[in-house]
Amino acid sequence: MKVARFLIFGVFAVALFYQTASAQERLKMSTTTSTQDSGLLKVLLPPFEKKHNVKVDVIAVGTGQALKLGEAGDVDVVFVHARKLEDKFLADGFGVNRRDVMYNDFVIIGPKGDPAGISKAKSAAQALKSIAAKGSIFISRGDKSGTHTKEKELWQTAGIDPKGSWYIEAGQGMGPVITMATERQGYTMADRGTFNAFKGKKTDLAVLFDGEKGLFNPYGIIAVNPKKHPHVKYDLAMQFIDFVTSPEGLRIISGYKVNGEPVFFTYRK
Amino acid sequence: MDFIRESFQTSLTLILALDRDVVSAVWTSVSVAVWSIILASLIGIPLGLTIAIGNFPLKRWVITSLNTLMAMPTVVIGLVVYGIISRQGPLGGFGLLFTPSAMIVGQTVLAIPIVANYTLSSIKGADQRILPTALTLGASPLQSVFQLIREVRFGIMAAVIAGFGRVISEVGVAMMLGGNIQGYTRTMTTAIALETSKGEFAFGLALGGILMTVALMVNLILNFMQQR
Repeated sequence: MKVARFLIFGVFAVALFYQTASAQERLKMSTTTSTQDSGLLKVLLPPFEKKHNVKVDVIAVGTGQALKLGEAGDVDVVFVHARKLEDKFLADGFGVNRRDVMYNDFVIIGPKGDPAGISKAKSAAQALKSIAAKGSIFISRGDKSGTHTKEKELWQTAGIDPKGSWYIEAGQGMGPVITMATERQGYTMADRGTFNAFKGKKTDLAVLFDGEKGLFNPYGIIAVNPKKHPHVKYDLAMQFIDFVTSPEGLRIISGYKVNGEPVFFTYRK
Repeated sequence: MDFIRESFQTSLTLILALDRDVVSAVWTSVSVAVWSIILASLIGIPLGLTIAIGNFPLKRWVITSLNTLMAMPTVVIGLVVYGIISRQGPLGGFGLLFTPSAMIVGQTVLAIPIVANYTLSSIKGADQRILPTALTLGASPLQSVFQLIREVRFGIMAAVIAGFGRVISEVGVAMMLGGNIQGYTRTMTTAIALETSKGEFAFGLALGGILMTVALMVNLILNFMQQR
């Protein structure tokens, strides 16, 4: 057993050595897949990294998991989109200093023929009702992401507990779900940013319902509470939050375009 | 066919242009895999030797569990190591999660059973008289074991190559423990997973082609060493 302990220690010692060999300050941020997949972070991070000589390590997962990483103290800052979950994260004392950053909206997409006729719906909830009534294929993220949370809220508003062979829980990110909906010619809910990045070449689905207040999709950034996790780089996290919400940061966000269309919108200051 | 052709062209372009992200992913993949296989060999080869020549109770059970560990899914290894090195885990204080070191730890654990098992079976397949012969010829126990290792060196080489193939091609540990951070813990395989999720299938396949090229080069080097 002594040998085993020695070996385990040895592995960690080497691993730690590898770790310290690259000694630049690093800020760990967990975020939702949409900020990364849309390409926004590629233009937003470099100016900050240059200014403060740091590296921002991006862990792109669903919002639910991103917040969990913050709860465990495995990241220093979270950048997500699910207001209710964020509020709970703050109320439980895991995060401090939440700031609004930007927003876009969710859209319900589906095959151009629109078999369930949702483009005539008056509300998102009604659109979902007609999909359920028709039994058209609907692909759900099913991964506790911000988009999944929103979708579940809408089903609740519609008074439907979605079940049956038409309702597919993919358990995957936004991109794979759009691909899956395209292959199966089904409906799904997506954030407009990711859909715009797929539109045309990668999917023949179209936006069939949008523009409702309930589909508003706000993004917030939160520092992990140093009182819960003393090891987090709180000062650096706050510098990053200040940068993202500064006029410079907001200008980068609102000026970022995919296929000539803006992906995220910032609030007027 | 367009899809395949497009990905082939893309991979050629990426290689020829030495695309920075691709180079960084190749480097991360190879360096993490090399570190892991070195550590796994340091542990796995002696482990396989001990089990092969040792005589101890429950030996068959140990071999059976070693065989079972070879079937351990990478995501399970990832999850277990995750639980240990997360800030909430027993070794959380090191802050290893989402670093290349975390991937090395996970991939080492992944490769140990493979290296140990291949070593074990190569010794079992060797002439059983090597050890007693060396001993009767007056070699010390340590010298006889080294003689045995010399006899089965090709088998041990195969063990290392098999372990290397496993760690450089796996995606579960790298994704879970590394976090797929661009320019830091993004490996070839996690980059392929990411491109696939973005719907960039041709680009993903192109990266797959590059990964195979890298594996080919590594194996050519090992092959060359084996022939000497």
